[in-house]
Amino acid sequence: MSFSKIKFDKKIVLSFWIILIALIIAAPTLLPVFRLNLLGRYLSLSIVALGVDLIWGYTGLLSLGQGIFFALGGYCAAMYLQITSSSEFPNNIPEFFALYGVEKLPFFWEPFRSPIFTFFAIWIIPALIAGLIGFLVFRNRIKGVYFSILTQASLLVFFNFFNGQQKLINGTNGLKTDVTQLFGQMVGSESMQRIFFWITAMLVIAAWFFAKWVIKGRFGNILIGIRDDEPRVRFTGYNPVIFKTIIFSIAGGLAGISGALYTVQSGIVSPQFMTVPFSIEMVIWVAVGGRGTLLGAILGAVFINYAKSLVSEALPASWMFIQGGLFILVVTALPEGVLGWIKGDGPRNLLQRFGLKRKIETYPSLEVNNKEVNNE
Amino acid sequence: MNNTDLLNLIDITVSFEGFLALNKLNLNLKKGELRAVIGPNGAGKTTFLDVITGKVKPTKGEVIFKGKSLVGRKEHKIARLGVGRKFQSPRIFENLTVKENLEISVSTPKSPLNLINKSIKDEQLNEIERLMKIVNLAQKVDSKAGSLSHGQKQWLEIAMLVGQKPDLMLVDEPVAGLTDEETDLTADLLKSLSGENTVVVIDHDMEFIRRLDSNVSVLNQGTVLCEGTMETIQKDQKVIDVYLGRPED
Repeated sequence: MSFSKIKFDKKIVLSFWIILIALIIAAPTLLPVFRLNLLGRYLSLSIVALGVDLIWGYTGLLSLGQGIFFALGGYCAAMYLQITSSSEFPNNIPEFFALYGVEKLPFFWEPFRSPIFTFFAIWIIPALIAGLIGFLVFRNRIKGVYFSILTQASLLVFFNFFNGQQKLINGTNGLKTDVTQLFGQMVGSESMQRIFFWITAMLVIAAWFFAKWVIKGRFGNILIGIRDDEPRVRFTGYNPVIFKTIIFSIAGGLAGISGALYTVQSGIVSPQFMTVPFSIEMVIWVAVGGRGTLLGAILGAVFINYAKSLVSEALPASWMFIQGGLFILVVTALPEGVLGWIKGDGPRNLLQRFGLKRKIETYPSLEVNNKEVNNE
Repeated sequence: MNNTDLLNLIDITVSFEGFLALNKLNLNLKKGELRAVIGPNGAGKTTFLDVITGKVKPTKGEVIFKGKSLVGRKEHKIARLGVGRKFQSPRIFENLTVKENLEISVSTPKSPLNLINKSIKDEQLNEIERLMKIVNLAQKVDSKAGSLSHGQKQWLEIAMLVGQKPDLMLVDEPVAGLTDEETDLTADLLKSLSGENTVVVIDHDMEFIRRLDSNVSVLNQGTVLCEGTMETIQKDQKVIDVYLGRPED
């Protein structure tokens, strides 16, 4: 029986969730602060990976520019935190403005005084920008490798813009969040970080259910249809442009949430979030975890990043080689990713190859027939 | 043109960088008609379908469907107006099940909001069941379409076409790679669809065309060479010269 066909007992599912939730609640007491913080950051990265999986794994759109939306979410959160914590600085504006002689808050900072606006901005702004970029690209029927190049070029445009604007958003230095205050507490403090961890864990689960809801049923089937044969979808009366725009926008929104959570847990947002390698890494997490399997995207993001920090602690500078090797291994040997491989009966086939597990006998009569053949 | 016509192609010319794939092609289809289109390789049969379905924009000429011009409309809009197409090699969604494939074809309206919010209507589920029975795929409901045999894929695509409820069905080589028995069944199926629907069948298989017992248009070099019943065109000297070859005495 293959992994995918196992019908999980309701009790097993329930106990899985109880254990998972217990672990999430207990994690801050089980893990040292440093590790907890890392885990929280990697969990937030799994939300952007879910978005990558929706657009790439299900719809076939390989975006190399998810860093744009990730960073936008991070900037939205950081701007709010900076501005609410700026009362002791000159002109009541964030401290860095003084460095560049700016005395008046740039206009686009104003709405970020409101926590409610920020709450929505974190996911709506990236979603809208993704929708706009997506619509223009998809309407012109740009796809495949041209789409990937275009998203990477957009990423570079955003990177250069943010990197150069000292007077607007502190340019290459980025915006620090760990020394800001939220509800009277230091964002970088242990108690706040614990809360952020819980929020992140909760939102990963929520994002997972949301993504499951999106892909289940006919909408998800159309996405798969677009991935496999877009013209056929068109001739059946569907407009792929709308479907692709919607899913790209959803992935952008998820990236924004992910970026905001990552920012408050790593203490800074900077144009480094929009570098080319980082956006490619997001694709690697999904490729390794298993594209087209939502759980694979989550596990891929968490485990690869955890491995990255463990390897980097032990053997600095070797991680890039390992990551590259991992990607090559997955592309050549496990094109469906680790989870896809497990679902596709990979482990049993491997054991069989080494003669460790008996083949399933689908035709008991085969042996008899063989004898007959031999007798002839 | 008269008003019992469902489709009129008027002086359609398609030029691919100077090469005339279609050259002043004229063709009229009545409502409920079954029409076979034959022609040698490169006669423009597939381009002719591409023009109707909006994949190729004609360099010159006009396509009138139900009194509306189709030229310049997007593929999905034309499909929604009631033009359905079956491709030469079966094009189904191999990673979806038979049922999911049919759901895609019968679902209306075809807007994202409808698809994500609502579950499929009961009457559409009944329609899917009916279609699966017609094409003998009822046992395969939950199988991946990619695991079907070639013949079953052809039939699934025909079922998807019917499920779209188009007024005009364009069927490109439906019996390529089918067994004789399957070919006969397909011919009967297409015949039974005409009357209520208008069906255009493109094929090479003369036995199959004969079995359809319909009017035949012969295309050659991008234009209609001859039109009429199978008997008429078989006697036509021009057709014999370019396509059928001389009957052996």
